[in-house]
Amino acid sequence: MTMQPTTAQKLWMYEKMVTSRRFEEAIARIYLEGKQPVFNMANGPIPGEMHLSDGQEPCAVGVCVHLSAEDVVTATHRPHHQAIAKDVDLKRMAAEIFGKQTGLSGGRGGHMHLFDPAVNFACSGIVGQGLGPAVGAALSRKMQGKPGVAVAYIGEGAANQGAFHEALNLASVWKLPVVFVIEDNAWGISVSKMTSTAVPHNHVRADAYAMPGHRVENNDTLAIFAVAGEAIERARAGDGPSLIEIETSRLAGHFMGDAEGYRPNGEKDALVAKDPIPAFRRHILETGEAGEDELLAIEKAASKAVDEAIAFARHSPDPEPADALTGVFIEAKPQGADA
Amino acid sequence: MTTEVKENERKLTIARAMAEALSQEMRIDPRVFVMGEDIGALGGVYGNTRGLLEEFGAERVRDTPISETAFVGAAVGAAQDGMRPVVELMFVDFFGVCFDAIYNLMAKNTYFSNGSFRVPMVLMTSTGGGYSDGGQHSQCLYGTFAHLPGMKVVAPSNAYDAKGLMTAALREDNPVVFMYHKGLQGMGWLGTERGATVHVPSDPYEVEIGKAAIAREGSDLTIVSVGIGVHHALRAAEQLEGEGISVEVVDLRSLVPLDREAIRTSVAKTGRLMVVDEDYHSFGMSGEIIATVAEHDPAMLKAPPARVAFPDVPIPFARVMERYCLPDADKIVTAWRTMQLRERT
Ligand SMILES: Cc1ncc(C[n+]2csc(CCOP(=O)(O)OP(=O)(O)O)c2C)c(N)n1
Repeated sequence: MTMQPTTAQKLWMYEKMVTSRRFEEAIARIYLEGKQPVFNMANGPIPGEMHLSDGQEPCAVGVCVHLSAEDVVTATHRPHHQAIAKDVDLKRMAAEIFGKQTGLSGGRGGHMHLFDPAVNFACSGIVGQGLGPAVGAALSRKMQGKPGVAVAYIGEGAANQGAFHEALNLASVWKLPVVFVIEDNAWGISVSKMTSTAVPHNHVRADAYAMPGHRVENNDTLAIFAVAGEAIERARAGDGPSLIEIETSRLAGHFMGDAEGYRPNGEKDALVAKDPIPAFRRHILETGEAGEDELLAIEKAASKAVDEAIAFARHSPDPEPADALTGVFIEAKPQGADA
Repeated sequence: MTTEVKENERKLTIARAMAEALSQEMRIDPRVFVMGEDIGALGGVYGNTRGLLEEFGAERVRDTPISETAFVGAAVGAAQDGMRPVVELMFVDFFGVCFDAIYNLMAKNTYFSNGSFRVPMVLMTSTGGGYSDGGQHSQCLYGTFAHLPGMKVVAPSNAYDAKGLMTAALREDNPVVFMYHKGLQGMGWLGTERGATVHVPSDPYEVEIGKAAIAREGSDLTIVSVGIGVHHALRAAEQLEGEGISVEVVDLRSLVPLDREAIRTSVAKTGRLMVVDEDYHSFGMSGEIIATVAEHDPAMLKAPPARVAFPDVPIPFARVMERYCLPDADKIVTAWRTMQLRERT
């Protein structure tokens, strides 16, 4: 019997997906401010690279719905949907992406370096980099006898990094509570999975490390829910790690400004036609678990949360320039400060 | 070099100059081939392999998986076996996942084998910040690479040098790390430093690795730099010229071998030394250059030497913080004023 979400879980997933999409839409709009007609990454209220997650929301919510704040998530260079599904503080996250003093890290990190200890969330910019830390968090929980599992998100391109293979082996040898989740959007920048990966799908690589491997097709929120639920349960029960690869879609470019000339004709339109959010909305309406009014209310609340977060970010002050020099080390506490 | 440019001659960006050097050498040397991420159809994220796939095909222009440990290691093996691989590490910051192949194999096998193995390969990699890409996509790390013996390290400030250094690197029997600054590539989306886009002759030519250039002559102060720092220095020199200060700018072009002679000759003339380095302040290029003079003859210096470098902190994302840390012309002028206050009387 596959695991089924309750209505409350479905509505939670829907709300998070919509919040994430509205957030990315707002970021995309503001990112272009100051970058037209000449696109220069350094300009505008949000400078730097911007990797949007449009289309990949099911991977975030279908997994994170099974997690609570104490569980650990390591995310990638494309982290917004995962952060939102993990309940990272939306205002401070937006402010970090704008590089403001009120941001999660006071503007030191930026969009690829979001850290929220309250919900055990971190991400980073180098492909495959979160895998080791997820294994380590799981190890720490096991050694400390503390509850919680770790989820390492990666893209399919990262499954060709040495770190992937080392982390899977280590997690398996030590039977750690980790779930490795691959968001397979078929592209690593301009290089397709097909041309870069020796196996058609990465879940088979789990065999090499003696752990269960699952593949979810079609960006299917409910199927992700079921497969992730089982893997996380297994991890919580002390039965060790699992690997899940999810077929998903990157509706945006690799980063903003990507001309996407490498995509075959028609690919983008086909992906947009399969947008998982309207599909999930239809599913909820069809099952009668919520009506149009309720979904509209959810959408409105999501938009409001995003608007508030963006307004908070926009109106927050810049950091003090000289603050750049602080924070490299934890400052020594005055004597007796450790209670 | 830059001073010789005539206005109406063909100008290229560094990106196009690198691609031209690669394609010209690939035409005459079948051993040269290129590997890296997004270097095929996309032509490289920074445009430096544009047109190569179309001309030479996928056998010699290879898009790789995101597997730097494997393909940088593979380049070492191929080089030792008679090929002349060029590998691209998209951002120098990514060296962390493949440094073993770089500094323990590429850099050492010539020595370990007493020259019976050769490693003629080029590792090209992008450096630099200034566009808020955060602390894992903005570093220079010149000192990290230059510190470790066994690899030549070049870092051009303009397209003429880029083509000539690339051609020289491709003909070298030793490994060369070719560090190009993103802000100089001439890709509009990374901003455009006009001074980097200069005349580039269409015929192949070499710029000698290990030879500095005088980017501007002067008599009161020597500023030594590399890459984008040269442009900051030139701008500061112009500003100071208005105040009657004559600045000489030494563009190192290569960090390894380091043209210590050029540095000493210039400082012997000016008596004052400033180093501009976008890499971290401590244990790096700036200290090495000052030592080059101090060890030789500290009496050459009329004032304590100065450095304008990135402070010893990870590169912050927020624009105001990053700007605060990055060297620029204003910081150079300020450093000059401080230097004057400290001048021996
Ligand atoms: C070690 C390393 N190599 C290369 C890069 C540059 N890079 C950033 S994202 C990316 C593609 C990643 O593809 P994938 O893992 O499938 O994730 P996606 O971008 O599709 O979400 C590459 C090559 C990097 N950040 N780190």
